[in-house]
Amino acid sequence: MTFHKKHLPRTSLMDVLWEIQRKKRHIGRDDMSKIAQQFNMSRMELEGVITFYHFFHRRDCGKYTIYLNSGIISRFSGRKPVKKAFEDILGIETGNVTEDGMFGLLETPCIGLSDQEPACLINFKPFTNLTPEKVADIISSIKKGARLSDICDKPKSIIYYTPSKDRTVFFKPYTTFSALSQLKDLHPEELIEIVKKSKLAGRGGAFFPTGLKWQFCRHNVADQKYIICNADEGEPGTFKDRVLMEEHPELLIEGMIFAAYAVGAAKGAIYLRAEYMYLKEPLENLLSTYRQNGFLGSDIAAKIPFDFDIYIHMGAGAYVCGEETALINSMEGKRGEPSTKEFFPVQKGFLGKPTVVNNVETLCAVPRILEMGVDTWLQIGTDKTPGTKILSVSGDCPNKGIYEIEWGMKFNDFLKLTGVEKPKIVQFSGPSGDCLSITPDEGKTLRSSQRKSRDYLTDQEYDRVISGEDITCGGSVMIFNESRNILQIIKSFSDFFVAESCGICVPCRTGNFLLNKKLEKLLHGHGEKKDLEDIKAWSEIIRTTSRCGLGQMSNNSLLQAIEKFPEEFDRALSDNTDFNKAFHLDEAVAEYDNIINELTSDYE
Amino acid sequence: MNNRINLTIDGKTIQTEAGKNLVDVAKENGIYIPTLCYFRELNPLATCRICTVKLNGRHTTGCTIKVADGMDIEVNTPELLDNRKAIIEMLYAEGNHFCPSCEKSGNCDMQNLGYDMGITVTRYPHVFSDKIVDFNPKRMIMESNRCILCKRCVEEVKTKDGKDVFSFVQRGVKTRVHIDYEQEEKLSESEALHAMNLCPVGAILVKGMIHEQPFGERKYDLLGKNILPKVTSVNNNLHKKENEKFIVATTSLAGCFGCHMSLLDIDTDLLDIIEIAEFNKSPLTDIKKFSKRCHIGLIEGGCANSENVHVLEEFRKKCDILVAFGECAIMGGIPAMRNFVPLKECLEEAYLNGVTTEIGAHIIPGHEDIPKLLNNVYPCNEVVKIDYYIPGCPPNAQHIWKVVKSILLGEEFSITHDEFKYD
Repeated sequence: MTFHKKHLPRTSLMDVLWEIQRKKRHIGRDDMSKIAQQFNMSRMELEGVITFYHFFHRRDCGKYTIYLNSGIISRFSGRKPVKKAFEDILGIETGNVTEDGMFGLLETPCIGLSDQEPACLINFKPFTNLTPEKVADIISSIKKGARLSDICDKPKSIIYYTPSKDRTVFFKPYTTFSALSQLKDLHPEELIEIVKKSKLAGRGGAFFPTGLKWQFCRHNVADQKYIICNADEGEPGTFKDRVLMEEHPELLIEGMIFAAYAVGAAKGAIYLRAEYMYLKEPLENLLSTYRQNGFLGSDIAAKIPFDFDIYIHMGAGAYVCGEETALINSMEGKRGEPSTKEFFPVQKGFLGKPTVVNNVETLCAVPRILEMGVDTWLQIGTDKTPGTKILSVSGDCPNKGIYEIEWGMKFNDFLKLTGVEKPKIVQFSGPSGDCLSITPDEGKTLRSSQRKSRDYLTDQEYDRVISGEDITCGGSVMIFNESRNILQIIKSFSDFFVAESCGICVPCRTGNFLLNKKLEKLLHGHGEKKDLEDIKAWSEIIRTTSRCGLGQMSNNSLLQAIEKFPEEFDRALSDNTDFNKAFHLDEAVAEYDNIINELTSDYE
Repeated sequence: MNNRINLTIDGKTIQTEAGKNLVDVAKENGIYIPTLCYFRELNPLATCRICTVKLNGRHTTGCTIKVADGMDIEVNTPELLDNRKAIIEMLYAEGNHFCPSCEKSGNCDMQNLGYDMGITVTRYPHVFSDKIVDFNPKRMIMESNRCILCKRCVEEVKTKDGKDVFSFVQRGVKTRVHIDYEQEEKLSESEALHAMNLCPVGAILVKGMIHEQPFGERKYDLLGKNILPKVTSVNNNLHKKENEKFIVATTSLAGCFGCHMSLLDIDTDLLDIIEIAEFNKSPLTDIKKFSKRCHIGLIEGGCANSENVHVLEEFRKKCDILVAFGECAIMGGIPAMRNFVPLKECLEEAYLNGVTTEIGAHIIPGHEDIPKLLNNVYPCNEVVKIDYYIPGCPPNAQHIWKVVKSILLGEEFSITHDEFKYD
């Protein structure tokens, strides 16, 4: 293969696409031909990349593109009147652009503002706590020519709970650069030993030991290594990384510097989800400050001086890119499909080089551990999971926001903090996580007589402990109260996976689509007992045969919900018959009737 | 260094070289792991998931396993076999696979796996999504209806200057493989043929080069001879009194009557049937209305109009056991190809604009006595419960006879590879 100098490196493809998308509000044919040539790729391959990410558009999406959160939390927070207000004022239905090309009204999954819903992004500027009146104000201000940056909201960092001052890790004042002074005393191996000793583990939800990951990467010899911060937090209901990057971005950058020093990486990247575009500029400014102070760039002062710099790679709307191999593909300017896991990123990652991919919270923990000393850190939390964990709490509770809790907190105590009344379900770690069921009043009174036989489940859960020994959590905690319909919640989760499946393997791509149809059948009251058997069997097939975690975990909550709320599913099901209740002859012939009616009226 | 290692597959100890691909190792040792996307020296893609096995108790794909010492692998457990079947069925439900009209039929890897696994029907409802058949490329046709997104072509077919010819576009259920016209033109004749042969199904076709082998000598017609017959057990509850003859009903819904013709091909065995059975409502007897309850009802054709639905529901009510015979009854068949065309266009083509319509025709008939067309053609099992399926277009007469006889007598039956066809 000949490599022409004039061709641009593929890693910059998404930046180029973003520039065109921003300027022209879509990526048109002519631009595509030009870009394909610049990157020496076929047009269709480029189309494949563009159409993978839902924030890149092949058609005009309006001078002002409004993305309304379509998730369940937004829905339960009063999205309906807000959506209607947008539609009425703009005179278009969701999914369309106004005739003058001024406004595009679109939907997108969770935008990381679950504690301030209903919320939307307009040209990636956040607008929170929306009401129909507020919507009217926003649109009229824009029409009057107001600048978005002047009228948008600054998302609040609602830090509702932290442990006592001496046991708080993240959300307390930090003096910029202070932990970095330890670089001078530490050999990279010593640093890795400290991280290993701290038992710090991947805070995105997988909980892989961070120190071990760094050690693997360090031991893989290569001319280049990379540190990537996974700031693509797309799990519905989570917003902890957003708050961390707003409140303590310095911890993140310093964590990356430590990681680079430990493994011997000279380059780093923050893969920032597009929904957090408004964090890009402040982060870039901060990176400059670090460069000016000699903590990024060449010859960084340390026991063994080293080179390291960080850039920001913008995502473009694909939940699956939170999976590390998909994230790496995306950074390489490809479709964000997960790889076959033939190699771990620490062996062959970004551009085929050893790469460490760490979550924002994981990296932020590193400078704090060094600051307080690993022994102090180990005294916080539990034996398996020392330290604290940041949870994003949203849903039916008065005290929404960020909770930095010490690992080992009782689930019961945590719930009391949220102030929730009559809780029913607590969804831990997002749609693919755990569906915890709760009975009200200290977990002792049963909600209904049918519940009696299964109350062991609820009692156990009430006494559960949030820790590595019992129940872990990636960060998303969505609380639903008694008034909520479990089927509706589960269906919404299923919608999310159908939309976010990368499409590479059939169980996830079509299995989830078919399962979604079944759930719809149940919601419409057409379900029979055998449909529930199908749902269970199909979920199991999807779980065991999907290609990556997205598919494998996609039905966790569904299966748990069936087990924990049998009476709700029973209510939606009737006895088996020999006829498909979802088939309605009158509906099936309606189209024909319309055509014939239209025609006969023509003849007359 | 000694590279020899030991591993177990389904309890059998196998000695081989470390690092080899599990699918190959199993094959060398007489254990067959079915695959669709795995292709010779191509890097394992792990897209089709059919080779899913259990490695030390965890599910993973066989094609991505490089064997190592001490591995404990399960290949043919009931659960894994059913998973494989489920995936093939899912592919059938997802795509629009009309075997009787497919150029690759008989040479299709997926169809053959369907035969091997004895799949008569998919457990999933058909998606029937509208997919593009792209005739625009200079040399090729991209038939997305049949594409299973195995990604072989995307990974393997490149131009001499290293550009992709086939690419994945969109994502989720909308994912498709599209051809880049400009790059496709650069391919040589043999490279184009290579792409077609690479495709495990009939999605990539080279114009004018489609029928490799004449019918009857197709790849899997020959290969299949060694495969053991499928045994199906019968569990029926016929409400039959002793000394009473079996009562059979048949009907043709949206079909071509070809299945009924095949029924007549049962030939002299028909005499045996008459011995044990009598026919009630059926085109064969010309009895229009059920005059008594039947033990078994044979359904040809799917549901294309309101009358089909009424007849099918009547059959369900009047018969103990319903058997869908032929592709149209099982998955809609050729009539279901209209599911991708708006109903209005179908009617206009049939009554106004078609080449065979009378010049100046301007009426689409509409009268209360004329059955109403459904928005889609539905497979029978998406309207009522169907108990047994006999695939084929039409099904082999012996196949029909075996199934019907065995159901009536409550015996197990086996279908040979020869008799089991989708086309």
